[in-house]
Amino acid sequence: MSNTGKPSLLVIIRRSPYDSSLARSAVDAALASAALDQTLAVLFLGEGVLQLLPGQNSGEVGLTNIGRLLSSFPLYGIEQVYVDAHAVTRHGIDLEQAPIPVCALQALQIHTLMEEHTHLLGF
Amino acid sequence: MIYSLLVLSSPVSGHGSRHAVDFARAVLARGHTLRGVFFLDAGTLASSANSVLPQDEEAQISNWVALAEKENIELAICITSALRFGMLDAAEAMRHERAAATINPVFVISGLGELVDACNAADRLVTFGG
Repeated sequence: MSNTGKPSLLVIIRRSPYDSSLARSAVDAALASAALDQTLAVLFLGEGVLQLLPGQNSGEVGLTNIGRLLSSFPLYGIEQVYVDAHAVTRHGIDLEQAPIPVCALQALQIHTLMEEHTHLLGF
Repeated sequence: MIYSLLVLSSPVSGHGSRHAVDFARAVLARGHTLRGVFFLDAGTLASSANSVLPQDEEAQISNWVALAEKENIELAICITSALRFGMLDAAEAMRHERAAATINPVFVISGLGELVDACNAADRLVTFGG
């Protein structure tokens, strides 16, 4: 395979928002890529869907509010945001109340999404 | 084929960081191009010049240093993560009024833009850890 055409990046976020510093690193990587005009999409998988919980208040644990960071995605032009429908059901997330609009995908659609991107950045 | 590596895992937890060094060597041994290695999050701990390990454990830093010095591979660490994990070069130590630099100077403090460049320039971006 040769490196032809512009790469398309899929940032995959699997960490719950306050479990690991990787949660924040993943969001930072997505924002930095968007700021540098990369074509990218973001996919929340597994426990990563917990980042979409509405009304996060992280002040008590002394960490940056991930929900608020996510709400800046549209300002950075990140509009393709996907979420693992199975995990959303499992964790009981109300996507209507999520910090950003997201599109829920079934397992097969997630597979297709990954196939469509040249580079996967998984956290 | 052109490879870029992304290291997310700590050198003292799990096997991601060690596998990354081994993979880097294998890429070169097979005649491929290794564009560089980017260290993010706990991966930045690989740059520590101050780790002291038990005698029966292998310090990976010597492997990274060899890769940088003998093969001229760029080892870039994310500045945001590096500061969070206390991995400072002399300039950052001075800027943030810390007592001393903590990283081995073969590592270069860089930004997430470098990861974007590494991704764009490579046929394959291989992530270790996470």
